[in-house]
Formats: sequence, structure tokens, C-alpha cells
Amino acid sequence: MAHEWHRRLEARQLTFAVLAFVAVAIGGLVLLIPPYFLQGTITPLPGVKPYTALELEGRDIYVREGCYTCHSQQIRPFKTEVDRYGPYSLAGESVYDRPFQFGSRRTGPDLARVGGKYPDSWHWIHLRDPREIEPRSNMPRFDFLLEAPLDLSHTRKKLEVMRRLGTPYDDAEIEGAVASAQAQLAKLADGLRAGGMEISEIGGRSEGLAVIAYLQKLGTGIDWRSRGATEGRTADAR
Amino acid sequence: MAEAERAARVEYDMGVVRGFTIWALIWGAVGMAVGLMAAIQLAWPEANLGPIHFGRIRPIHTNAVIFGFTLGVIFAGSYYAVQRLCRVRMYSDALSKIHLWLWNAIIAAAAASLAAGHTAAKEYAELEWPLDLAVVVMWVIYGVNFFGTIAVRRVRSMYVALWFWMSTILTVAMLYVFNNLEFPVSAFKSYSIYSGVHDANIQWWYGHNAVGFVLTVPILGLMYYFLPKQVGRPIYSHRLSILHFWSLIFVYMWAGPHHLIYSPLPDWTQSLGTAFSIMLLLPSWGGMLNGFLTLRGAWDRVRTDPLLKMFVVGLTFYGMSTFEGPMMAIKTVNSLSHFTNWTIGHVHSGALGWVALTSFATLYYLVPRLWHTEMWSRRLVDAHFWTATLGIVLYVTPMWISGVTQGLMWRAVNPDGSLAYSFIESVAAIRIYDVLRVAGGAVFLSGVLMMIVNVALTIRRGSAAIPREAAPLAPAPAAGGR
Repeated sequence: MAHEWHRRLEARQLTFAVLAFVAVAIGGLVLLIPPYFLQGTITPLPGVKPYTALELEGRDIYVREGCYTCHSQQIRPFKTEVDRYGPYSLAGESVYDRPFQFGSRRTGPDLARVGGKYPDSWHWIHLRDPREIEPRSNMPRFDFLLEAPLDLSHTRKKLEVMRRLGTPYDDAEIEGAVASAQAQLAKLADGLRAGGMEISEIGGRSEGLAVIAYLQKLGTGIDWRSRGATEGRTADAR
Repeated sequence: MAEAERAARVEYDMGVVRGFTIWALIWGAVGMAVGLMAAIQLAWPEANLGPIHFGRIRPIHTNAVIFGFTLGVIFAGSYYAVQRLCRVRMYSDALSKIHLWLWNAIIAAAAASLAAGHTAAKEYAELEWPLDLAVVVMWVIYGVNFFGTIAVRRVRSMYVALWFWMSTILTVAMLYVFNNLEFPVSAFKSYSIYSGVHDANIQWWYGHNAVGFVLTVPILGLMYYFLPKQVGRPIYSHRLSILHFWSLIFVYMWAGPHHLIYSPLPDWTQSLGTAFSIMLLLPSWGGMLNGFLTLRGAWDRVRTDPLLKMFVVGLTFYGMSTFEGPMMAIKTVNSLSHFTNWTIGHVHSGALGWVALTSFATLYYLVPRLWHTEMWSRRLVDAHFWTATLGIVLYVTPMWISGVTQGLMWRAVNPDGSLAYSFIESVAAIRIYDVLRVAGGAVFLSGVLMMIVNVALTIRRGSAAIPREAAPLAPAPAAGGR
């Protein structure tokens, strides 16, 4: 029979296992290795800066709460997506993202360019109770983040690890990581208070504020809002 | 001669199979109950209670049903079958025991740590680095035990089911290790060594093949062993098995980028993913046909045997979702389906229709044989089949409809070219389907609860004491000769 050779293979465990492994390894090698040689996928775009210490902490909370299970951060190159969310996502924008946050389901809207779309106070109210802003929203309340003080005990270590992995933080940024996070928190809290929001002492150094700092950073690596692009205005309208 | 025969006698280790059977059912009920909770939270946001919200619940659901329930069934079925196919006891009783309890400990720790928010945030690879290490140890133990058993086999030829399980062990090891390479910050936090599009690329190479090599390949192993056993006739075609196996495992590994179509991933990578996804239809349907044709001449029994009903409907859902998957990997379709509930519907038609029904059939085959009695109630098995099928239809149909609805609303434009709907209008439009999904999930879960009652009463009536022995060796090895 034509498959007699395979009969012999079925009696040889080691050979069989090696061949099966080779069969599954090829696809991965072809798909995963070559993209590393494409500069566009490893080089940040000119305006894309590493996250500040506070933004990084906020990002880690965003990840911790599984926000990516409902919000993508990946605008596809369709007119309707660009109209709704802003310019489509580029590879050079996510080079500092560990892990990536493209997402797979939009139970809520895409957040790739939510930075600058709403004032900080909008985010504060929306985190407290999304239905205060949009009664039809099915997003959970994240009020508990606004009452949880941000833990800065690992902040410096986080920046060190990021630098080791390739993010270009300099010595001063790592040394001053905690001070920088505290300063950015204070600035955010002062801004909110100046706008008439009641922010408690803990609220002023809360995990929620760190998340707001992160959200306001998203998609701002390319300066598309101030350019007054047509798509920008449409996106804000929706 | 009689003495040599006695020396050649082997007593199978069924204790480990009983352990995995019971725990698979427990984790299945837990995982599906958590899934039901996630569905309730989407339909009624008030059901999100502080940190116990959808974002933390959803990974607990996926991890519990994939790595608790499904892996548990795979371990039970493969430990049961490998001893019979090789006519030897498991290579090491100690490894079997460690495997069972380490796996249980990992699933319990996974649920607790995900609830606490310790996550690497890559889908189906959420566990943080200390648990990743434990998973690797557990997997190596399974591998050594399984390959070791085959190495000391008393049957020359390795049967098809063993190919599927061997490739599962090797491939999952490779996928898991490379996708989870991360640099620790603390005991509970690490950062991926990959970033941006590379992280996405390797994650979906892993993620797609978690579907391939946990929810498909080893389940096909179960199908190749337990379906012919239940029908009482050999698999339809050995030649088709060979074609099916090699083409399936080779092609599967290329399809990952179909999760990243229209993303910033290099375009050629996406196109390769699409091309191989379409090719994947052929090996998938080859395997489905091999299963269906095994029933040639025995179709009348599908009317009366609830296990065969489960296998047949399972294979049907396998055929449907392996047709749907390649279609969704085509750019034009993907532009509509991606990011919508259509994906959720697709996953559940495969996971509930194919994986769970085949798993239920496998467990219903095992339980009476492991405890040496009949099932407590055969009618309840039949009721479970119908409940599960109804639950799947009730779950998947609303997901399809709401997926297409949402996809169309996102792209709808007014005559002047402006967007026709705001995002929140698309959320409000699918709310009714979110509610229907809760009903579908509840019906499906109720079937699992019926099964647990049935199995518990069977165990109480039966006995684990009677040892299972290997049949004396025939003069010519028979296994693999089908």
C-alpha cells in the first residue's frame, strides 16, 4: 500500500515525535522571526515617547482590571473607523507597549486615540459611574479605583525593567520615578479641583488618577487633534 | 507458558483517570458558572460588584473552561486510552499523582490570582510568571509520563489517537514557553519581553494554536479513540487519518495572524494567515468526514445512543465552525466580524458544540467503566444532550445576530458620508441579545449540573475496587491495524 512507509513511522516514536515537532515549528519560524527585521515595527514614530512613571502605573492598572477585554486599542484603516476614532494605528506607536493592548472585542469603543478627547473631569465622573454620563452604557463602575491609593513601591523597579527590555529611560527618569509620579498626580488633582471637582486627599493620589493619566496619553504620539484634521472633528462629534 | 502469560499481565492505573474525570467536571461547572456570571454582567452592569467585574471575571471563565474542564477531560481520556493502546500501565504512578494534584493546584491558584488582578493580559495566557513556571513543570510531568508509557509499549504500532496527543504535548510546550517569556518586576508582576506588534504577533500565534492544540487536536484524539469504541467499528480510513493529522498540525500553525487582520502587523503576515486559514478547511473537514464515515452502517444507533448523538452533533459543530473560521479570516468578512459578538458566537459554537459535547461523550463513556456499573440514568444522559444542544443554539444565534448588527452599525453612513450611528447606539441595539445569551448559558449549564448529579449517583452505586487488567497479548499486535 502507498502508505506503507507511514506504517513503519508509526512504530518509531522518536522519529515520529521529531517530525511532528518540525511540522509545527516551521509556521512559527516564518511568521515570527522576519518581522523583527522590518524597521517600522521596532522603531518608534518621532513623536512617540515612553510612558511617564505615572502613565506606566496607570497602564498597569488598566491591564490589571482587564479593560482590554472590552476596549480595543487598534484603529483599522477604514474611513468609518478613522471618522469615528481618528487616524488608523501604526506599528511605530506601540513599541513601548508591554503587553500590547490591541484587544479582540469592542464591547466598548476603541481607545487607541482617546487621549485628549475628553477633559480629566469627564474621565473622573465616567470611572465613578459610567451611567452618570451615558445611561445606556454597560461598563462597570470603577469608583473603587478612585478611593484606592496608588502603590508606588515598585515604580522605580518597573522603569528599570522596562529599560532593560529596551525602553530608553535615562538615569534621571529612573532615579526620579516616584517623585515624577507624585508630581503628575498632584498636577492632575489640582487641575480637577480648580475645575470645581471635589477630590479627597486619597482621591488625589489614587489609582483612578493614574488610569486617567494613561488614558490621556493614548494615541497622542502623533499630533492629530491640534492639526484640526477633518477626521479629528468628526471623531469628536461621535 | 501460563507463567509467562501471568508475568506479562498488566494492571492499568485507573485511579488517575478517575481523579481527572471528577475534577474536570468540577472545574467545568465552576468555569461555566463564572461564564454565566460574565454574561449577566454584560446584560446588567449593576451585577459588577466592585473589583469582581467583567474585566476580571472573563479571564477566570476562559482559563477555567479551557485549562480546567477541557484539559481535565483530555488528561482523563488520554491516560485511559494510552494504557490500552500500549497495553502497559502508566510509565510512573508517582508522576500521574503529581500531575493530577499539581494541575488542580494550578487551576485553583489561577482562579484566585486572576480574581486578585494578577494578570499578564494576553488572552488564554493571563497567568503571571510563578504560575507559568508551575504550568511548565506540570506539562513536562505529563509529557514524560505519556511519552514514557508509549516508549515501553507492548504494541508495535502507535494508534492515530496517540499521534494527536503526542503532537499536543510537544506543540503546547513550544507555544506556552515562547509566548510567556517575561521579565519579573515582583512576585506578582512582569513585563513581556516582546512589545507592540511583535507581542501581538506571538500572542496570536499562541492564542490561535491554544484553540488548535488544546481545543482541537487533542479533542480529535478523543474522537479517534472513543468514537470507534462506542460505535464498535474501526475508524473509516487510516489513509485519511494520516492525511488529516499531518496537514492539520502543519497548517494550523500559520493561521494565527487572522486575529490581527487590518492591524499594524506587516501586511504579508496577515495575508499568510488568511491563506493558511482557508487551507485549514480541508484537513478539518477531512477529520470530520473520517469521524462521520466511521458511523457507516451504524447510523440507526444514533437515534437511540445518547453518546453517539453527542459525538455526531459535536462533529457537526466542528464542521460548521471550521467552515465559519476560514470565512471570518477573509479580509472582507473580517472587516465586518472582527471586534463584534460574531467572534464570541464562533468561539462558542466550537467550544460548546464541538469541544464540550465530545468531552461529555468521552466522560459518559469513561464513568461506567471506571466505576464498574451502568450510568445511574440513561434518560438523564439523553436529557443532557438535548439541553446542551438547545443551550448552544440559544447562545450562539443571538451572538451571530448581534455581531452582524453591530458590525453593520459601525460602518453605516448617512448619504453625506457621515457616520449613521454613535457607538452607544450599537451597544443599546444588541442589549436584547446580551439577555438572550444569559438564557442560553443558563440552559447549557443546567445540562452540566444534570451530568454532575448523574455521575455522582453512578459513582455512589459503583465501585472503584475492581482492577482493570490488560488483555493478554495476542500473537500478532492488533492495535493500529485498523
